[in-house]
Amino acid sequence: MTVTTNHTGISNRLLDLVPAAPAQQSRKDFTSDQEVRWCPGCGDYAILATVQGFLPELGVARENIAFISGIGCSSRFPYYLQTYGMHSIHGRAPAIATGLATSRPDLSVWVVTGDGDALSIGGNHLLHALRRNVNLKILMFNNRIYGLTKGQYSPTSEVGKITKSTPFGSLDRPYNPVSLALGAEATFVGRSIDSDRAHLTSVLRAAAEHPGTAFVEIFQNCNIFNDGAFDTLKDRSSRDDVTLKLTHGEPLVFGAEGDKAIRRAADGSLEVVPAGSPGVLVHDAAAADPSQSFALSRLTGDTHGVTPIGIFRSVDAPTYDEALNTQISDARARQGEGDLMSLISGGETWTID
Amino acid sequence: MSEQVRERETRRLDRVVVRFAGDSGDGMQLTGEQFTSETATFGNDLSTLPDFPAEIRAPAGTPAGVSGFQLHFSDHDILTPGDAPDVLVAMNPAALKANLKDLPPGANLIVNTDAFTGGNLKKAGYATDPLTDGTLDPYSVHRVPLTSMTINAVHAAEGVGSAVNKKEAERAKNMFALGLMSWLYHRPTEGTVGFLEKKFAKRPEIAAANIAAFRAGFNYGETTESFTVTYEVAPARMRSGTYRRITGNLALSYGLVAAGELTGLPVFLGSYPITPASDILHELSKHKRFGVRTFQAEDEIAGIGAALGASFGGSLGITTTSGPGVALKSETIGLAVSLELPLVIVDIQRGGPSTGLPTKTEQADLLQAMFGRNGEAPVPIVAPRSPGDCFDAAIEAARLATKYRTPVFLLSDGYLANGSEPWLLPRREELPDLTVAFTTEPNHTGPKGPEFWPYLRDPETLARPWAVPGTPGLEHRIGGIEKSDGQGNISYDPANHDRMVRLRAAKVAGIANDIPPLEVEDPSGQARVLVLGWGSTYGPIAAGCRRVRAKGLHVAQAHLRHLNPFPANTGEILRSYDKVLIPEMNLGQLRTLIRAEFLVDAIGYNQVRGLPFKAAELAGVLEDVINQ
Repeated sequence: MTVTTNHTGISNRLLDLVPAAPAQQSRKDFTSDQEVRWCPGCGDYAILATVQGFLPELGVARENIAFISGIGCSSRFPYYLQTYGMHSIHGRAPAIATGLATSRPDLSVWVVTGDGDALSIGGNHLLHALRRNVNLKILMFNNRIYGLTKGQYSPTSEVGKITKSTPFGSLDRPYNPVSLALGAEATFVGRSIDSDRAHLTSVLRAAAEHPGTAFVEIFQNCNIFNDGAFDTLKDRSSRDDVTLKLTHGEPLVFGAEGDKAIRRAADGSLEVVPAGSPGVLVHDAAAADPSQSFALSRLTGDTHGVTPIGIFRSVDAPTYDEALNTQISDARARQGEGDLMSLISGGETWTID
Repeated sequence: MSEQVRERETRRLDRVVVRFAGDSGDGMQLTGEQFTSETATFGNDLSTLPDFPAEIRAPAGTPAGVSGFQLHFSDHDILTPGDAPDVLVAMNPAALKANLKDLPPGANLIVNTDAFTGGNLKKAGYATDPLTDGTLDPYSVHRVPLTSMTINAVHAAEGVGSAVNKKEAERAKNMFALGLMSWLYHRPTEGTVGFLEKKFAKRPEIAAANIAAFRAGFNYGETTESFTVTYEVAPARMRSGTYRRITGNLALSYGLVAAGELTGLPVFLGSYPITPASDILHELSKHKRFGVRTFQAEDEIAGIGAALGASFGGSLGITTTSGPGVALKSETIGLAVSLELPLVIVDIQRGGPSTGLPTKTEQADLLQAMFGRNGEAPVPIVAPRSPGDCFDAAIEAARLATKYRTPVFLLSDGYLANGSEPWLLPRREELPDLTVAFTTEPNHTGPKGPEFWPYLRDPETLARPWAVPGTPGLEHRIGGIEKSDGQGNISYDPANHDRMVRLRAAKVAGIANDIPPLEVEDPSGQARVLVLGWGSTYGPIAAGCRRVRAKGLHVAQAHLRHLNPFPANTGEILRSYDKVLIPEMNLGQLRTLIRAEFLVDAIGYNQVRGLPFKAAELAGVLEDVINQ
């Protein structure tokens, strides 16, 4: 394994194990020869362009990057990147990526998934990947609908959603993916929007800088089956008044005029108050306790008229892969390399002449 | 008046079957294991059958909670753990109740009379005391107040005395039984003393108590007049070499470690705990210094998923499970078929369907391994025939997986997993070289120059190239969607799909040319009946054949290691006999495959009792088929 520190800015103790690119790479280097086959107007195009534009910034050799996906529209993503990739089966990408990442510390491993893939059929794997803190970057495209199967409600669809499978309205309450990730004590949780290239790039960069599992929810528009789901966050006239951009160490203030702020209410939850009110909170993504980040995740357009985006939590913690590989290197340092013949002849033996 | 010293007779036997039975908390497995260890050291051939309930502590004193351990040892090579015990040690009424039906008249029966209290008799379901109501008249009964003698011995022992309480002293009663049995069969005792000292090194008083109980049992045999005969079984004449005793799961674990070394690939085991496969996860987790990574996943699906991910990265990906776990892994096995990546799927079969009989053996996952996936998804299948053979079978499964870039099933079962036998240690130079070469260069020239085509096959094996992430210039994407032949891009073309389905089938079918032909054992050369088996039935079938041949009858035996594909000469062999008998611990799964593939109307003999076949039973069936 080549160990190098020749990265161009983005760095962490695990990324430093991945060989650096021999020369500056460009977006073109990460574009495969495959025709992109999402519906015209799909938010996935914007995310793909942003990721292809961001990957050169990682500074690692293209061949040491792997994208693993599950099933769904978003999971076609790996085909369009000139890296190693696997389009696997529904919901299992975090499990497959866990095996790859733990056995190959010289790779930068990314998971691309959707709200149905990650939260419904693959919910268990997502929770456990987050809990273990495997060195994976999980990008979950949330369009709040099943697209590839042509329009059934998803685990992030709002209650009462009229879809092909719920003509009288969906009955189950949706997951809040960020709350879910924080509940699993994910060490990095971020959220961004498909169409905001600069913001999405900043969140991807922070995720890449994080050693361990990074979970990034990306609001993504499905213009065929759930068009406009995030319009209020995108519309120029409304977005500043309903979006709270989280910045570590900065006061939680938002609004076109910077006139609204967040503070803790008497019951421990968060509330929106006029800026300048006493007790306005300062965002601390690095807090060891995830409680305030969790409280922030409970702010939604429906309940509080505001949706936070950015990095909810980023704390450095031991990763599963490092711990596993350390156990191996420690065992070898202590006992030496294994010797097969002495292993199998261990215990009581007897010889017959 | 002088005491008359009785000369005790020592009888030489060629083989003995002993069974220890007690409550699941009585330490019967440990007792049996230790008696086996003494026997192995002495040089007998042996075969063991542990039999225990699924519950960790089933209701004490009830027949459901009885744990047993049977050992067959001999002065010649033997093939099974024995049909019926020559001696049964029953630690309580429930153990007697659960095991007496297996005991032939005249057999030795050692009972712990202290445990035959009113309460215990009631729990065991005895209305009257079998010690006094004539139930035991057909047997040679030795009544031993085992519990009280153990407590007395422990408390009288130097250096123990009151250092252990009554309960701890009582717990050593299994060692008293072991001591008595060791005396009765002239077993060496040094090993057991050393074992106890080591096992209880942190509590020397407990070690001393157990050693005292063990010696007391041995000395009791010497002084009691209950036993008029002791028995000797001379060491067996076995092939020269160094031996150890090994269980199937341990041999299989070692085989997987060996496969990593022989292929030059790091082993990655993704697994989820399940009986009777968990011991492989436990064992492999110890061998970090071999670079073995073990991952206890959140579920069966993640276990195989992680293993497949590791295979993508160039590890030897392995998952271990039992039938219910295979059901959950099926979709990922199909993905591995499509990705054409190496993967070893170890299924330690147990009684099914559903949860079934977790601690009992069965061979009923063959058709699941063969067909349990959507689409045309062929997977090679390898099955070991004895505990020691699990080592070689694991290496063979890894050989096929890496050479042909395919998932491979390794079908062991609960009987092989926990059963043990002496194992002739292989020499390093006898193990095959399975070195794997990853592809590092482009393999095709396109309009713009060199390209890498992930599905351009080796013309001989039809295996696709294995290019692992980190290899510059060979970046590629694979997935479960159908791919174009050669280039590997997504393809929905009808003709291409038809071609790819047939290529994947031909690749697996072609393995038939890369495995040894099916061998037939027919000492007289006059057999008209062939008995065909697979997996753990090898021992009972071979023992049954011996019995039949000893009566002057002729029978041929063949045993399949490879179930998919079958060896190339299988059809030819089957058709050269008048009758083919297939005994299986299922309702005829191999027979279904044989009939379908070769149009041979094989006869089935099928039992699903959770226990291996008995040699006498199979001998009877064979005789019937021969004489029909």
